[in-house]
Amino acid sequence: MKNELKTDLEKIAYNCRKATFLIEKKQEEELTAREKMELKLHLAGCYICRVYEQQSMLINDLVKNLFNGDKPTGIKLDDDYKAQLQKKITEKIKKN
Amino acid sequence: MPDETIFDTLTKRTDKQLLEPDRWVEQHADYLFSYAFNRLNDEETARDLVQDTFLSALEKVDHFRGDSTERTWLTAIIKYKIIDVYRKKSSGLVKKDTLVCEYEEEFFDPNLNNWKREHWPQPFGVEEHDPLHNKEFISVLKRCMQKLPALWLSVFTMKHMDEEQTEIICKELRLSSSNYWVIMHRAKVNLRSCLQKNWL
Repeated sequence: MKNELKTDLEKIAYNCRKATFLIEKKQEEELTAREKMELKLHLAGCYICRVYEQQSMLINDLVKNLFNGDKPTGIKLDDDYKAQLQKKITEKIKKN
Repeated sequence: MPDETIFDTLTKRTDKQLLEPDRWVEQHADYLFSYAFNRLNDEETARDLVQDTFLSALEKVDHFRGDSTERTWLTAIIKYKIIDVYRKKSSGLVKKDTLVCEYEEEFFDPNLNNWKREHWPQPFGVEEHDPLHNKEFISVLKRCMQKLPALWLSVFTMKHMDEEQTEIICKELRLSSSNYWVIMHRAKVNLRSCLQKNWL
């Protein structure tokens, strides 16, 4: 069968599914020695996964940056709602 | 202090931070609203959570130690309420089938495990042009995030927006750690692919 991969090395070289998984994991925690080696071997020969890795890191940065410090989004509660809310709070304080 | 009223507790002078519930709405309502909206993308729910937060904070004033600011304390409360929403949205989704289907066969060859030709990641072309401030690109990213299944988005949001510890996410959403990694992987592969489809 043509599609069968024989050696471990071949399996690693083809396994983009695993490589992308390891790329995600690597951004959060230290990989095991074996995982590190597998990923290194894979990326050495796989340009597509190198693009993936770069973009995956970019997405993480973007998402972090997007919400970091919760910069005002310009979205606000309307004044009526706020007034009602303040009333509820005041009532509750009085009750206690 | 059995006779002390809630109001005395609130206004008691210490060298630490004080709570001033009379000014909560004025000082923190918009901030908390925007915090919740960023994480839920739903105005209605975000608004309800702001109210819930203030009202339940009033019941917990005794727990306020004054070690953090009022805002930090209120934010911690709303954060738990947001996680509750995530949990409700994603409960029942942790079933096996939603984890196995979807992308497995879509992006990678089932035998060789390599990328299918039509799903090859392509450069976005924004990499060298300050992508962190590229508004159009960011708005595509936001839309793509909203397309992720509820559970994936919850996990992804907790991790990246709040930099929550993985163990805490697993505990809160009742996930095993291997499910966690599968979800993070799928979420990212899908998100990246959606960006490529809608950006290039």
